[in-house]
Amino acid sequence: MITFEDVVKVYPGGATAVDHLSLELPTGKITVLVGPSGCGKTTSLRMINRMVDPTSGRILIDGRDVTQQDAAQLRRGIGYVIQHAGLFPHRTVLDNVATVPVLLGKTRREARTAALGLLERVGLTADFAKRYPAQLGGGQQQRVGVARALAADPPIMLMDEPFSAVDPVVRAQLHAEFLRLQQDLGKTIAMVTHDIDEAIKLGDHVAVLRTGGRLAQFATPRELLAAPADDFVASFVGRDRGLRSLSFDSAAELPVRPVDGIELDDAGRPVGLPGVFTKDDSLRVVTDLVISSPGGVAVRVGPDGAADGLVSHHDLADYLASRRS
Amino acid sequence: MIQYLTNNHEIVWQALQEHLYLALLPILFGFAISLPLGYLAVRFSWLYHPLINTFGVLYSIPSLALFVFLPVILGTKVLSPVNVVVALTVYTVALLARTVADGLRSVDPVVVQAATAMGYRRTRRLIDVELPIALPVVLAGLRVATVSNISLVSVGSLIGIGGLGQLFTRGFQLFYLEPILVGIILSVVLAAIADLIIVLVQRAVTPWTRAA
Ligand SMILES: Nc1ncnc2c1ncn2[C@@H]1O[C@H](COP(=O)(O)OP(=O)(O)O)[C@@H](O)[C@H]1O
Ligand SMILES: [Mg+2]
Repeated sequence: MITFEDVVKVYPGGATAVDHLSLELPTGKITVLVGPSGCGKTTSLRMINRMVDPTSGRILIDGRDVTQQDAAQLRRGIGYVIQHAGLFPHRTVLDNVATVPVLLGKTRREARTAALGLLERVGLTADFAKRYPAQLGGGQQQRVGVARALAADPPIMLMDEPFSAVDPVVRAQLHAEFLRLQQDLGKTIAMVTHDIDEAIKLGDHVAVLRTGGRLAQFATPRELLAAPADDFVASFVGRDRGLRSLSFDSAAELPVRPVDGIELDDAGRPVGLPGVFTKDDSLRVVTDLVISSPGGVAVRVGPDGAADGLVSHHDLADYLASRRS
Repeated sequence: MIQYLTNNHEIVWQALQEHLYLALLPILFGFAISLPLGYLAVRFSWLYHPLINTFGVLYSIPSLALFVFLPVILGTKVLSPVNVVVALTVYTVALLARTVADGLRSVDPVVVQAATAMGYRRTRRLIDVELPIALPVVLAGLRVATVSNISLVSVGSLIGIGGLGQLFTRGFQLFYLEPILVGIILSVVLAAIADLIIVLVQRAVTPWTRAA
């Protein structure tokens, strides 16, 4: 667990970057720090691995004050990923990934063998091992950056806007892979982003910071959308937060009516529809289907793909209204 | 000219060796001095401009003047090769210290921060990360310094210190073209070979600069 205890950072020159921040980042979870540019996200993150030391207050990792620990030693146990990856241009992909294990005293050979396995983990084939960073695309560099941060298997990862420099398609891919990886690894992750959608998608918990470095709200994504603490948070999460909060609600309980007026094939599967949903989907998916399908209905299918129910505009509206009361 | 070479190969060979020695020894000394100086100019940024300006002034002192005045300052004999070595070391430092500083400043700060965040301490970061990335710039400076030193050694011969320039002075004294030609050609060839060697070394040690 990473604990911020009443942390203040004032830079020489007078800017208060972080103002009395108290926060607990639970072990094994992703905590996202989000807020407008200049609100002290990067500063907060860097105080965890002592790239910046607080002006007052304490930061504890599992109860130990970070400023009492040797900075270099501390950092070798904390993975760090940044926006443009910051790869070493003079080292091959493999040697970039092997960096921290070598610093920790492993032989280059051992470190390279382990690095090869990590490349695979982040979705890069062994062909990339001998390339230099300049020979990679943005998304690939970012993967190498993640592999490099994971190389010494640190329990903690700090990620500063790790996905903001890549295009939306690649970003969505990286998000999915990142969540899958985290499911396997269960690292304690502190991530910074200015993108509230990313925060809601990736965070187990989200800390919203406001300009001046003050904490506006610390909550799960779901709570954040359902009950923003104040106007600042409400406007930051956006006007469509009601719609987006449906992403967290399962369609399993949504009542359906019998299948009727839909063309089915021999196996009972709907024909010619752009999309269908299952009990595992969210209400957001259903809402989208109802709005975008020509007949104003969404079709639910079972595990075998056969249609087993219909939902209309009205049904959905009634259901959403009933949940409010 | 062939005739001249066969008759005087011992003198020519001797001059060539002296020339190489007088040009390259200052490169070694100069490089050893420039590394820490260049580093300090980057580490303490207020030092950068004063150092660069001082080196600029040093570099603009005419070489002949330096060769003549150094004995006065150093207390050496006028014909001592130490004067040439010291003078060329001064020029090498004037050139390379700036190159080392500029090379280190060319390293992307994001990369330096990433290295720090991964747990590099300052010295190892300099050796493992910053210097290797600065190397292309530093080696480019080394080429200029080497070629310039090789040509400057000949100036030393004007005041009677060894090297291929001796062949020029002999030729002038004897109104005899061959030694002059041989001296010019050999010093050009020497500079070209030295330059080529540095280029080859650069290609070998910085393969990443050609990756794109
Ligand atoms: N090294 C620094 N020196 C002085 N001021 C800084 C420094 N780094 C950041 N700041 C200031 O502190 C505030 C917070 O910066 P930062 O933590 O980078 O915000 P964010 O990551 O949320 O954009 C900003 O006003 C910024 O200008
Ligand atoms: Mg930032």
